[in-house]
Amino acid sequence: MRKLLLFVASVFGVPVLLSAQYNLGRQATPEQIQAANITVMTDGTGLPVGHGNAVAGEPVFKARCAVCHGPKGEGRKGEYPALVGGRGTLATPKPMKTVGSYWPYATTVWDHINRAMPFNTPHILPPNEVYAVTAFILHLNGIISRDEQLTEKTLPKVVMPNRNGFVIDTRPDIKARR
Amino acid sequence: MARSRRKFIALSTGVTAVALSSCNKGGDEPSTSGANMRPYGDRAPQEKIQRTIRELTASPGTGSSRTPLQDIYGIITPSSLHYERHHSGVPAIDPATHSLLIHGLVDKPLAFTMDDIRRFPAVSRIIFLECGGNSVGEQSGKFPETVQGSHGLLSGTQWTGVPVSVVLREAGLKPEAKWMLAEGADACRMARSIPLDKALDPEVLLAYGQNGEALRPENGYPLRLIIPGWEGNTNVKWLRRLHLTAEPAMSSKETGYYTELRPDGKAEMFTFVMEARSVITRPSGGQKLTSHGFHEITGLAWTGRGKIRQVEVSVDNGKTWADAELQEPILPKALTAFRFPWRWDGEEAVIQCRCTDETGYLQPTREELIAVRGLNSGYHYNGLRPWRVKATGEVESA
Repeated sequence: MRKLLLFVASVFGVPVLLSAQYNLGRQATPEQIQAANITVMTDGTGLPVGHGNAVAGEPVFKARCAVCHGPKGEGRKGEYPALVGGRGTLATPKPMKTVGSYWPYATTVWDHINRAMPFNTPHILPPNEVYAVTAFILHLNGIISRDEQLTEKTLPKVVMPNRNGFVIDTRPDIKARR
Repeated sequence: MARSRRKFIALSTGVTAVALSSCNKGGDEPSTSGANMRPYGDRAPQEKIQRTIRELTASPGTGSSRTPLQDIYGIITPSSLHYERHHSGVPAIDPATHSLLIHGLVDKPLAFTMDDIRRFPAVSRIIFLECGGNSVGEQSGKFPETVQGSHGLLSGTQWTGVPVSVVLREAGLKPEAKWMLAEGADACRMARSIPLDKALDPEVLLAYGQNGEALRPENGYPLRLIIPGWEGNTNVKWLRRLHLTAEPAMSSKETGYYTELRPDGKAEMFTFVMEARSVITRPSGGQKLTSHGFHEITGLAWTGRGKIRQVEVSVDNGKTWADAELQEPILPKALTAFRFPWRWDGEEAVIQCRCTDETGYLQPTREELIAVRGLNSGYHYNGLRPWRVKATGEVESA
Protein backbone atom coordinates (compact mmCIF):
# COMPACT_ATOMS: atom_id res chain seq x y z
CA MET A 1 0.00 0.00 0.00
CA ARG A 2 2.69 2.47 0.99
CA LYS A 3 4.79 1.45 -1.97
CA LEU A 4 1.87 2.25 -4.21
CA LEU A 5 1.37 5.64 -2.61
CA LEU A 6 5.04 6.52 -2.95
CA PHE A 7 5.01 5.44 -6.58
CA VAL A 8 2.04 7.61 -7.34
CA ALA A 9 3.61 10.45 -5.41
CA SER A 10 6.67 10.32 -7.61
CA VAL A 11 4.50 10.69 -10.68
CA PHE A 12 2.01 13.30 -9.61
CA GLY A 13 3.84 14.98 -6.79
CA VAL A 14 3.28 14.69 -3.09
CA PRO A 15 0.83 17.56 -2.55
CA VAL A 16 -1.61 16.19 -5.11
CA LEU A 17 -1.45 12.63 -3.86
CA LEU A 18 -1.63 13.40 -0.19
CA SER A 19 -4.39 15.94 -0.45
CA ALA A 20 -7.46 14.97 1.54
CA GLN A 21 -9.88 12.66 -0.20
CA TYR A 22 -12.94 12.99 1.98
CA ASN A 23 -12.18 16.40 3.47
CA LEU A 24 -13.28 15.31 6.89
CA GLY A 25 -11.78 16.62 10.11
CA ARG A 26 -10.45 20.05 10.93
CA GLN A 27 -6.87 21.25 10.83
CA ALA A 28 -5.42 21.02 14.33
CA THR A 29 -3.89 24.23 15.66
CA PRO A 30 -0.40 24.28 17.23
CA GLU A 31 -2.05 25.14 20.57
CA GLN A 32 -4.38 22.16 20.27
CA ILE A 33 -1.47 19.84 19.51
CA GLN A 34 0.65 21.21 22.32
CA ALA A 35 -2.16 20.74 24.81
CA ALA A 36 -2.72 17.12 23.83
CA ASN A 37 0.78 15.92 22.94
CA ILE A 38 2.59 14.24 25.83
CA THR A 39 4.81 11.92 23.77
CA VAL A 40 8.39 11.68 25.00
CA MET A 41 10.91 10.08 22.67
CA THR A 42 14.13 8.38 23.77
CA ASP A 43 16.20 11.26 22.35
CA GLY A 44 14.35 13.65 24.65
CA THR A 45 11.98 15.08 22.06
CA GLY A 46 8.82 16.10 23.88
CA LEU A 47 10.43 16.64 27.29
CA PRO A 48 9.48 20.01 28.78
CA VAL A 49 12.11 22.36 30.14
CA GLY A 50 12.71 21.53 33.78
CA HIS A 51 15.00 20.01 36.36
CA GLY A 52 15.05 17.95 39.51
CA ASN A 53 17.33 15.74 41.57
CA ALA A 54 16.88 12.94 44.11
CA VAL A 55 17.09 15.38 47.02
CA ALA A 56 14.06 17.22 45.69
CA GLY A 57 12.41 13.99 44.62
CA GLU A 58 12.48 12.19 47.95
CA PRO A 59 9.74 14.24 49.70
CA VAL A 60 7.55 14.12 46.58
CA PHE A 61 8.01 10.36 46.37
CA LYS A 62 7.18 9.95 50.07
CA ALA A 63 4.05 12.08 49.69
CA ARG A 64 2.79 10.73 46.36
CA CYS A 65 4.31 7.33 45.59
CA ALA A 66 5.39 5.57 48.78
CA VAL A 67 1.85 4.65 49.80
CA CYS A 68 1.85 2.00 47.06
CA HIS A 69 5.49 1.50 46.07
CA GLY A 70 6.91 1.69 49.60
CA PRO A 71 9.29 4.32 51.02
CA LYS A 72 12.30 2.73 49.30
CA GLY A 73 10.46 1.72 46.12
CA GLU A 74 10.30 -1.88 47.27
CA GLY A 75 6.68 -2.30 46.13
CA ARG A 76 4.01 -4.48 47.70
CA LYS A 77 4.08 -8.08 46.58
CA GLY A 78 1.17 -9.04 44.37
CA GLU A 79 -0.26 -5.53 44.36
CA TYR A 80 2.17 -2.82 43.33
CA PRO A 81 5.42 -3.28 41.43
CA ALA A 82 8.81 -2.80 43.02
CA LEU A 83 10.81 0.02 41.45
CA VAL A 84 14.23 -1.03 42.67
CA GLY A 85 16.33 -4.15 42.80
CA GLY A 86 16.55 -7.18 40.56
CA ARG A 87 19.89 -6.42 38.91
CA GLY A 88 21.46 -9.67 37.76
CA THR A 89 18.24 -11.70 38.08
CA LEU A 90 16.93 -11.57 34.50
CA ALA A 91 18.53 -14.87 33.45
CA THR A 92 17.66 -16.68 36.70
CA PRO A 93 14.59 -18.76 37.63
CA LYS A 94 13.26 -15.78 39.62
CA PRO A 95 13.70 -12.74 37.41
CA MET A 96 12.78 -9.43 39.03
CA LYS A 97 11.83 -6.87 36.42
CA THR A 98 12.08 -3.32 37.81
CA VAL A 99 12.89 0.12 36.48
CA GLY A 100 16.46 -0.50 37.62
CA SER A 101 16.95 -4.02 36.36
CA TYR A 102 14.80 -4.05 33.24
CA TRP A 103 13.64 -0.74 31.78
CA PRO A 104 15.95 0.25 28.92
CA TYR A 105 15.35 4.03 28.77
CA ALA A 106 15.26 6.72 31.46
CA THR A 107 12.91 8.74 29.25
CA THR A 108 10.35 5.95 29.63
CA VAL A 109 10.46 6.36 33.41
CA TRP A 110 9.79 10.08 33.08
CA ASP A 111 7.04 9.46 30.51
CA HIS A 112 5.33 6.79 32.60
CA ILE A 113 5.26 8.98 35.71
CA ASN A 114 4.06 11.94 33.68
CA ARG A 115 1.25 10.09 31.89
CA ALA A 116 0.14 7.54 34.48
CA MET A 117 1.27 8.39 38.02
CA PRO A 118 0.27 8.79 40.80
CA PHE A 119 -2.13 5.99 39.93
CA ASN A 120 -5.33 7.47 41.37
CA THR A 121 -4.65 11.08 40.36
CA PRO A 122 -2.28 11.21 37.40
CA HIS A 123 -1.20 14.47 35.71
CA ILE A 124 -0.93 16.44 38.95
CA LEU A 125 2.87 16.55 39.14
CA PRO A 126 4.44 19.63 37.49
CA PRO A 127 7.44 18.88 35.23
CA ASN A 128 10.05 19.69 37.88
CA GLU A 129 8.49 17.16 40.26
CA VAL A 130 8.43 14.52 37.51
CA TYR A 131 12.15 15.13 36.95
CA ALA A 132 12.75 14.99 40.70
CA VAL A 133 10.81 11.75 41.26
CA THR A 134 12.52 10.18 38.24
CA ALA A 135 15.87 11.20 39.73
CA PHE A 136 14.93 9.73 43.12
CA ILE A 137 13.95 6.37 41.59
CA LEU A 138 17.11 6.25 39.46
CA HIS A 139 19.13 7.14 42.54
CA LEU A 140 17.49 4.36 44.59
CA ASN A 141 18.71 2.03 41.85
CA GLY A 142 22.26 3.40 42.05
CA ILE A 143 22.10 4.73 38.51
CA ILE A 144 22.70 8.41 39.31
CA SER A 145 24.04 10.25 42.35
CA ARG A 146 21.83 11.93 44.92
CA ASP A 147 22.75 15.40 43.70
CA GLU A 148 22.63 14.86 39.94
CA GLN A 149 20.15 17.19 38.30
CA LEU A 150 18.01 15.67 35.59
CA THR A 151 16.88 18.08 32.91
CA GLU A 152 15.40 17.82 29.45
CA LYS A 153 18.99 17.73 28.20
CA THR A 154 20.56 15.27 30.65
CA LEU A 155 17.73 12.74 31.15
CA PRO A 156 18.04 11.19 27.66
CA LYS A 157 21.78 10.72 28.27
CA VAL A 158 21.29 8.53 31.33
CA VAL A 159 22.36 5.00 30.38
CA MET A 160 20.08 2.43 31.99
CA PRO A 161 21.65 -0.87 33.12
CA ASN A 162 19.49 -2.97 30.77
CA ARG A 163 19.84 -0.61 27.81
CA ASN A 164 21.06 -3.42 25.54
CA GLY A 165 18.81 -6.10 27.00
CA PHE A 166 16.22 -6.22 24.22
CA VAL A 167 15.94 -7.84 20.82
CA ILE A 168 13.22 -7.25 18.24
CA ASP A 169 10.63 -10.01 17.75
CA THR A 170 12.14 -13.19 16.31
CA ARG A 171 8.85 -15.10 16.00
CA PRO A 172 7.97 -17.66 14.84
CA ASP A 173 10.64 -19.09 17.11
CA ILE A 174 9.14 -22.56 17.58
CA LYS A 175 9.09 -25.08 14.76
CA ALA A 176 6.80 -27.81 16.05
CA ARG A 177 6.59 -31.01 13.99
CA ARG A 178 4.79 -34.29 14.52
CA MET B 1 -60.63 -14.51 28.24
CA ALA B 2 -59.47 -17.76 26.61
CA ARG B 3 -59.80 -19.63 29.85
CA SER B 4 -63.36 -18.49 30.57
CA ARG B 5 -64.31 -19.39 27.03
CA ARG B 6 -62.92 -22.89 27.44
CA LYS B 7 -64.80 -23.24 30.72
CA PHE B 8 -67.97 -22.18 28.96
CA ILE B 9 -67.45 -24.69 26.15
CA ALA B 10 -66.68 -27.45 28.65
CA LEU B 11 -69.82 -26.81 30.62
CA SER B 12 -72.05 -26.45 27.61
CA THR B 13 -70.87 -29.66 25.93
CA GLY B 14 -70.98 -31.80 29.05
CA VAL B 15 -67.39 -33.05 28.63
CA THR B 16 -65.36 -32.87 31.86
CA ALA B 17 -63.51 -29.59 32.22
CA VAL B 18 -60.28 -31.35 33.20
CA ALA B 19 -60.12 -33.47 30.09
CA LEU B 20 -60.93 -30.68 27.66
CA SER B 21 -58.63 -28.13 29.22
CA SER B 22 -55.62 -30.49 29.09
CA CYS B 23 -56.44 -31.19 25.48
CA ASN B 24 -56.67 -27.53 24.52
CA LYS B 25 -53.79 -26.22 26.58
CA GLY B 26 -51.17 -27.93 24.43
CA GLY B 27 -48.59 -28.52 27.15
CA ASP B 28 -47.23 -26.85 30.25
CA GLU B 29 -46.28 -23.59 28.53
CA PRO B 30 -48.01 -20.41 29.69
CA SER B 31 -51.64 -19.90 28.81
CA THR B 32 -51.66 -16.24 29.64
CA SER B 33 -50.34 -13.48 27.45
CA GLY B 34 -46.60 -12.92 27.95
CA ALA B 35 -44.51 -9.93 28.92
CA ASN B 36 -44.60 -6.76 26.89
CA MET B 37 -41.99 -5.62 24.39
CA ARG B 38 -39.04 -3.66 25.71
CA PRO B 39 -36.79 -1.12 24.04
CA TYR B 40 -33.54 -2.86 25.01
CA GLY B 41 -33.49 -6.60 25.53
CA ASP B 42 -31.91 -8.67 28.23
CA ARG B 43 -31.23 -12.38 28.59
CA ALA B 44 -33.61 -14.79 30.31
CA PRO B 45 -33.49 -14.51 34.10
CA GLN B 46 -32.34 -18.13 34.36
CA GLU B 47 -29.19 -17.41 32.31
CA LYS B 48 -26.37 -16.48 34.66
CA ILE B 49 -23.05 -16.87 32.82
CA GLN B 50 -20.70 -14.02 33.53
CA ARG B 51 -17.14 -12.75 33.44
CA THR B 52 -14.82 -13.47 36.34
CA ILE B 53 -13.04 -10.41 37.68
CA ARG B 54 -9.52 -10.22 38.96
CA GLU B 55 -8.08 -6.99 40.32
CA LEU B 56 -4.33 -6.80 39.78
CA THR B 57 -3.66 -4.11 42.37
CA ALA B 58 -5.48 -2.82 45.40
CA SER B 59 -6.71 0.06 43.23
CA PRO B 60 -10.11 -0.77 41.68
CA GLY B 61 -10.32 -0.90 37.91
CA THR B 62 -6.86 -2.12 37.10
CA GLY B 63 -7.02 -5.76 36.24
CA SER B 64 -8.92 -8.09 33.99
CA SER B 65 -12.18 -9.94 33.58
CA ARG B 66 -12.45 -13.19 31.69
CA THR B 67 -14.92 -14.48 29.10
CA PRO B 68 -16.79 -17.69 30.12
CA LEU B 69 -15.58 -19.61 27.06
CA GLN B 70 -17.07 -22.87 28.35
CA ASP B 71 -20.57 -21.41 28.07
CA ILE B 72 -20.30 -19.44 24.81
CA TYR B 73 -21.87 -20.72 21.58
CA GLY B 74 -20.21 -20.02 18.24
CA ILE B 75 -17.49 -17.50 17.43
CA ILE B 76 -19.05 -14.21 18.57
CA THR B 77 -18.70 -13.16 22.19
CA PRO B 78 -21.70 -11.17 23.45
CA SER B 79 -20.47 -7.63 24.13
CA SER B 80 -21.50 -7.95 27.79
CA LEU B 81 -19.11 -10.90 28.13
CA HIS B 82 -16.12 -9.58 26.17
CA TYR B 83 -12.96 -9.87 28.23
CA GLU B 84 -11.55 -6.73 29.83
CA ARG B 85 -8.04 -5.61 30.66
CA HIS B 86 -7.70 -2.12 32.04
CA HIS B 87 -4.67 -0.25 33.26
CA SER B 88 -6.49 2.63 34.85
CA GLY B 89 -10.15 1.73 35.01
CA VAL B 90 -12.92 2.48 32.52
CA PRO B 91 -13.07 6.20 31.71
CA ALA B 92 -16.39 7.96 31.13
CA ILE B 93 -15.97 9.71 27.78
CA ASP B 94 -18.55 11.96 26.16
CA PRO B 95 -18.68 11.11 22.45
CA ALA B 96 -20.10 14.57 21.73
CA THR B 97 -16.84 16.20 22.82
CA HIS B 98 -14.35 13.39 22.18
CA SER B 99 -11.89 13.97 19.38
CA LEU B 100 -9.07 12.09 17.72
CA LEU B 101 -5.91 14.08 17.03
CA ILE B 102 -3.56 12.99 14.24
CA HIS B 103 -0.24 14.82 14.26
CA GLY B 104 3.51 14.51 14.02
CA LEU B 105 5.09 13.55 10.68
CA VAL B 106 2.04 14.48 8.64
CA ASP B 107 1.45 17.24 6.10
CA LYS B 108 -1.65 18.52 7.85
CA PRO B 109 -2.42 17.70 11.49
CA LEU B 110 -6.11 16.99 11.88
CA ALA B 111 -8.67 16.63 14.63
CA PHE B 112 -11.72 14.44 14.07
CA THR B 113 -14.98 14.40 15.97
CA MET B 114 -16.86 11.15 16.32
CA ASP B 115 -19.29 12.44 13.71
CA ASP B 116 -16.37 12.94 11.33
CA ILE B 117 -15.09 9.40 11.96
CA ARG B 118 -18.50 7.85 11.33
CA ARG B 119 -18.86 9.70 8.01
CA PHE B 120 -16.00 7.74 6.44
CA PRO B 121 -16.92 4.61 4.47
CA ALA B 122 -17.38 1.89 7.09
CA VAL B 123 -16.14 -1.68 7.09
CA SER B 124 -16.91 -4.55 9.48
CA ARG B 125 -14.63 -7.44 10.37
CA ILE B 126 -15.11 -10.49 12.58
CA ILE B 127 -11.89 -11.14 14.48
CA PHE B 128 -10.60 -12.56 17.72
CA LEU B 129 -8.99 -10.40 20.35
CA GLU B 130 -6.63 -11.99 22.85
CA CYS B 131 -4.63 -10.39 25.63
CA GLY B 132 -0.88 -10.86 25.24
CA GLY B 133 -0.95 -12.08 28.85
CA ASN B 134 -3.63 -14.75 28.37
CA SER B 135 -2.53 -17.92 30.23
CA VAL B 136 0.52 -16.04 31.51
CA GLY B 137 1.05 -18.54 34.34
CA GLU B 138 0.88 -21.78 32.35
CA GLN B 139 4.45 -21.57 31.11
CA SER B 140 5.74 -21.59 34.67
CA GLY B 141 3.32 -24.35 35.67
CA LYS B 142 0.26 -22.64 37.11
CA PHE B 143 -2.79 -24.26 35.50
CA PRO B 144 -6.16 -22.70 36.32
CA GLU B 145 -8.93 -25.24 36.83
CA THR B 146 -11.33 -23.86 34.20
CA VAL B 147 -10.97 -22.71 30.59
CA GLN B 148 -12.36 -19.34 31.67
CA GLY B 149 -9.47 -19.05 34.08
CA SER B 150 -6.83 -20.31 31.69
CA HIS B 151 -7.96 -18.88 28.34
CA GLY B 152 -10.64 -16.30 29.18
CA LEU B 153 -8.72 -13.22 28.02
CA LEU B 154 -10.00 -14.13 24.56
CA SER B 155 -13.14 -13.00 22.74
CA GLY B 156 -14.58 -12.86 19.24
CA THR B 157 -16.37 -9.81 17.88
CA GLN B 158 -17.61 -8.10 14.76
CA TRP B 159 -16.02 -4.66 14.88
CA THR B 160 -17.12 -1.79 12.64
CA GLY B 161 -15.12 1.30 11.76
CA VAL B 162 -12.94 2.98 9.19
CA PRO B 163 -9.50 1.74 8.09
CA VAL B 164 -6.75 3.74 9.80
CA SER B 165 -5.07 4.03 6.39
CA VAL B 166 -8.04 5.97 5.02
CA VAL B 167 -7.97 8.47 7.87
CA LEU B 168 -4.18 8.86 7.79
CA ARG B 169 -4.40 9.70 4.12
CA GLU B 170 -6.50 12.73 5.03
CA ALA B 171 -3.57 14.09 7.03
CA GLY B 172 -0.93 13.04 4.49
CA LEU B 173 2.10 11.06 5.64
CA LYS B 174 5.61 12.42 5.44
CA PRO B 175 8.17 9.93 4.09
CA GLU B 176 10.07 9.92 7.43
CA ALA B 177 7.01 8.58 9.27
CA LYS B 178 7.71 4.97 10.28
CA TRP B 179 5.75 4.49 13.52
CA MET B 180 2.37 5.52 14.88
CA LEU B 181 1.94 6.04 18.61
CA ALA B 182 -1.66 5.25 19.59
CA GLU B 183 -2.79 6.75 22.89
CA GLY B 184 -5.90 6.18 24.96
CA ALA B 185 -7.89 8.69 26.98
CA ASP B 186 -7.92 6.53 30.08
CA ALA B 187 -6.30 8.21 33.09
CA CYS B 188 -2.94 6.48 32.44
CA ARG B 189 -3.01 7.55 28.75
CA MET B 190 -2.08 3.99 27.76
CA ALA B 191 0.13 4.22 24.67
CA ARG B 192 1.66 1.80 22.19
CA SER B 193 3.89 2.35 19.15
CA ILE B 194 2.63 0.60 16.03
CA PRO B 195 4.87 0.12 12.96
CA LEU B 196 3.40 2.29 10.21
CA ASP B 197 3.50 -0.56 7.69
CA LYS B 198 1.02 -2.39 9.91
CA ALA B 199 -1.10 0.68 10.59
CA LEU B 200 -1.54 1.09 6.83
CA ASP B 201 -2.83 -2.46 6.42
CA PRO B 202 -6.47 -2.01 5.31
CA GLU B 203 -7.61 -4.51 7.96
CA VAL B 204 -6.52 -2.19 10.79
CA LEU B 205 -9.51 -0.17 11.95
CA LEU B 206 -10.55 2.82 13.97
CA ALA B 207 -13.56 1.02 15.42
CA TYR B 208 -16.70 2.51 16.92
CA GLY B 209 -19.01 -0.50 16.47
CA GLN B 210 -19.04 -3.76 18.44
CA ASN B 211 -21.48 -6.48 17.43
CA GLY B 212 -23.87 -4.06 15.81
CA GLU B 213 -23.96 -1.28 18.38
CA ALA B 214 -21.57 1.29 19.77
CA LEU B 215 -18.50 0.01 21.63
CA ARG B 216 -19.13 -0.87 25.25
CA PRO B 217 -17.43 1.56 27.67
CA GLU B 218 -15.10 -1.21 28.86
CA ASN B 219 -14.15 -1.97 25.27
CA GLY B 220 -13.08 1.54 24.37
CA TYR B 221 -16.17 3.71 23.90
CA PRO B 222 -16.40 5.70 21.76
CA LEU B 223 -13.33 4.82 19.63
CA ARG B 224 -10.58 2.24 19.66
CA LEU B 225 -7.88 0.76 17.52
CA ILE B 226 -8.42 -2.75 16.16
CA ILE B 227 -5.36 -4.61 14.83
CA PRO B 228 -6.52 -8.09 13.81
CA GLY B 229 -4.25 -10.85 15.08
CA TRP B 230 -2.10 -8.64 17.31
CA GLU B 231 -1.93 -8.76 21.09
CA GLY B 232 -4.87 -7.06 22.77
CA ASN B 233 -2.79 -4.30 24.34
CA THR B 234 -1.94 -2.81 20.91
CA ASN B 235 -5.68 -2.43 20.21
CA VAL B 236 -5.69 0.83 22.16
CA LYS B 237 -9.06 1.74 23.69
CA TRP B 238 -10.62 5.19 24.20
CA LEU B 239 -8.36 6.39 21.38
CA ARG B 240 -7.52 10.11 21.60
CA ARG B 241 -4.30 10.59 19.65
CA LEU B 242 -2.25 9.13 16.79
CA HIS B 243 1.28 10.52 16.70
CA LEU B 244 3.31 9.76 13.57
CA THR B 245 6.97 9.42 14.43
CA ALA B 246 10.25 8.18 12.94
CA GLU B 247 11.05 5.89 15.88
CA PRO B 248 9.02 3.99 18.47
CA ALA B 249 8.42 6.01 21.64
CA MET B 250 9.45 3.06 23.86
CA SER B 251 6.48 3.53 26.15
CA SER B 252 6.31 1.60 29.41
CA LYS B 253 3.89 -0.90 27.87
CA GLU B 254 6.35 -1.81 25.10
CA THR B 255 9.47 -1.98 27.29
CA GLY B 256 8.75 -2.65 30.96
CA TYR B 257 5.67 -4.73 30.10
CA TYR B 258 4.54 -6.91 27.17
CA THR B 259 8.16 -7.89 26.54
CA GLU B 260 9.33 -11.45 27.00
CA LEU B 261 12.41 -12.66 28.84
CA ARG B 262 14.43 -15.36 27.15
CA PRO B 263 16.60 -17.88 29.02
CA ASP B 264 19.70 -15.76 28.31
CA GLY B 265 18.19 -12.76 30.12
CA LYS B 266 17.54 -10.77 26.95
CA ALA B 267 13.93 -9.85 26.25
CA GLU B 268 11.97 -9.91 23.01
CA MET B 269 10.11 -6.70 22.28
CA PHE B 270 7.40 -5.80 19.74
CA THR B 271 6.19 -9.41 19.75
CA PHE B 272 2.85 -8.39 18.33
CA VAL B 273 1.36 -11.46 16.63
CA MET B 274 -0.77 -13.91 18.59
CA GLU B 275 0.33 -17.29 17.26
CA ALA B 276 -1.91 -20.26 16.49
CA ARG B 277 -3.70 -21.75 19.44
CA SER B 278 -6.68 -23.94 20.24
CA VAL B 279 -8.50 -25.24 23.31
CA ILE B 280 -11.35 -27.59 24.12
CA THR B 281 -14.10 -25.58 25.78
CA ARG B 282 -16.56 -28.47 26.35
CA PRO B 283 -15.96 -30.67 28.24
CA SER B 284 -13.44 -28.60 30.18
CA GLY B 285 -12.22 -28.09 33.72
CA GLY B 286 -14.92 -27.65 36.33
CA GLN B 287 -17.61 -29.38 34.26
CA LYS B 288 -19.02 -32.85 34.90
CA LEU B 289 -20.20 -35.53 32.50
CA THR B 290 -23.29 -37.10 34.04
CA SER B 291 -23.65 -40.14 31.80
CA HIS B 292 -21.63 -42.44 29.56
CA GLY B 293 -22.14 -42.40 25.82
CA PHE B 294 -22.14 -39.64 23.25
CA HIS B 295 -20.55 -36.29 24.09
CA GLU B 296 -19.55 -33.78 21.49
CA ILE B 297 -16.14 -32.27 22.15
CA THR B 298 -16.20 -28.63 21.08
CA GLY B 299 -13.66 -25.89 21.17
CA LEU B 300 -12.05 -22.89 19.54
CA ALA B 301 -8.96 -22.35 17.39
CA TRP B 302 -7.43 -19.06 16.29
CA THR B 303 -4.28 -17.58 14.77
CA GLY B 304 -2.97 -14.07 14.23
CA ARG B 305 -1.44 -15.20 10.93
CA GLY B 306 -4.61 -15.85 8.96
CA LYS B 307 -6.93 -18.83 8.81
CA ILE B 308 -7.02 -22.05 10.80
CA ARG B 309 -6.34 -24.95 8.46
CA GLN B 310 -6.70 -27.96 10.75
CA VAL B 311 -7.63 -28.93 14.29
CA GLU B 312 -6.80 -32.37 15.67
CA VAL B 313 -8.19 -33.93 18.82
CA SER B 314 -6.74 -36.66 21.03
CA VAL B 315 -8.84 -38.51 23.61
CA ASP B 316 -6.07 -40.90 24.72
CA ASN B 317 -3.57 -38.58 26.37
CA GLY B 318 -1.90 -37.63 23.11
CA LYS B 319 -1.19 -41.16 21.81
CA THR B 320 -3.39 -40.79 18.72
CA TRP B 321 -4.92 -37.78 17.01
CA ALA B 322 -7.83 -37.38 14.61
CA ASP B 323 -9.15 -34.43 12.63
CA ALA B 324 -11.92 -32.38 14.16
CA GLU B 325 -14.59 -30.85 11.94
CA LEU B 326 -14.18 -27.12 11.45
CA GLN B 327 -17.38 -25.15 11.71
CA GLU B 328 -17.99 -22.56 8.98
CA PRO B 329 -17.30 -19.70 8.69
CA ILE B 330 -13.53 -20.06 8.84
CA LEU B 331 -12.41 -16.44 8.80
CA PRO B 332 -8.89 -15.01 8.93
CA LYS B 333 -7.81 -13.91 12.41
CA ALA B 334 -11.19 -14.89 13.84
CA LEU B 335 -12.21 -17.59 16.29
CA THR B 336 -12.88 -20.84 14.46
CA ALA B 337 -15.18 -23.34 16.17
CA PHE B 338 -14.51 -27.07 15.90
CA ARG B 339 -16.35 -30.21 16.92
CA PHE B 340 -15.38 -33.82 17.49
CA PRO B 341 -17.85 -36.63 18.22
CA TRP B 342 -16.82 -38.72 21.22
CA ARG B 343 -18.26 -41.68 23.03
CA TRP B 344 -17.19 -41.69 26.67
CA ASP B 345 -16.90 -45.22 28.06
CA GLY B 346 -16.69 -44.08 31.67
CA GLU B 347 -12.94 -44.63 32.00
CA GLU B 348 -10.57 -41.82 32.89
CA ALA B 349 -9.51 -40.01 29.71
CA VAL B 350 -7.19 -37.11 28.89
CA ILE B 351 -8.55 -35.00 26.02
CA GLN B 352 -6.76 -32.22 24.17
CA CYS B 353 -6.53 -30.47 20.82
CA ARG B 354 -3.90 -28.88 18.60
CA CYS B 355 -4.22 -26.67 15.53
CA THR B 356 -2.32 -25.77 12.39
CA ASP B 357 -2.76 -22.44 10.65
CA GLU B 358 -2.56 -21.59 6.96
CA THR B 359 1.15 -20.77 7.21
CA GLY B 360 1.79 -24.37 8.32
CA TYR B 361 2.56 -23.30 11.90
CA LEU B 362 1.61 -26.08 14.31
CA GLN B 363 0.54 -25.20 17.84
CA PRO B 364 3.40 -26.30 20.11
CA THR B 365 3.30 -28.37 23.27
CA ARG B 366 4.24 -26.69 26.53
CA GLU B 367 7.51 -28.64 26.46
CA GLU B 368 8.36 -27.39 22.96
CA LEU B 369 7.66 -23.82 24.06
CA ILE B 370 9.80 -24.12 27.16
CA ALA B 371 12.65 -25.72 25.20
CA VAL B 372 12.96 -22.51 23.17
CA ARG B 373 11.68 -19.78 25.49
CA GLY B 374 12.49 -21.10 28.95
CA LEU B 375 10.17 -20.42 31.85
CA ASN B 376 10.30 -16.63 32.13
CA SER B 377 8.75 -15.22 28.93
CA GLY B 378 5.14 -15.52 30.12
CA TYR B 379 3.32 -13.50 27.49
CA HIS B 380 2.06 -15.10 24.26
CA TYR B 381 1.89 -18.59 25.77
CA ASN B 382 0.12 -20.84 23.24
CA GLY B 383 0.83 -24.39 24.40
CA LEU B 384 -1.59 -27.30 24.32
CA ARG B 385 -4.19 -27.58 27.09
CA PRO B 386 -5.18 -31.10 28.16
CA TRP B 387 -8.21 -31.84 30.36
CA ARG B 388 -8.65 -35.00 32.41
CA VAL B 389 -12.12 -36.57 32.44
CA LYS B 390 -12.16 -38.62 35.63
CA ALA B 391 -14.13 -41.86 36.04
CA THR B 392 -16.60 -39.83 38.12
CA GLY B 393 -17.24 -37.63 35.08
CA GLU B 394 -15.60 -34.64 36.72
CA VAL B 395 -13.27 -32.71 34.42
CA GLU B 396 -10.09 -31.13 35.70
CA SER B 397 -6.85 -29.61 34.53
CA ALA B 398 -4.47 -32.37 33.37
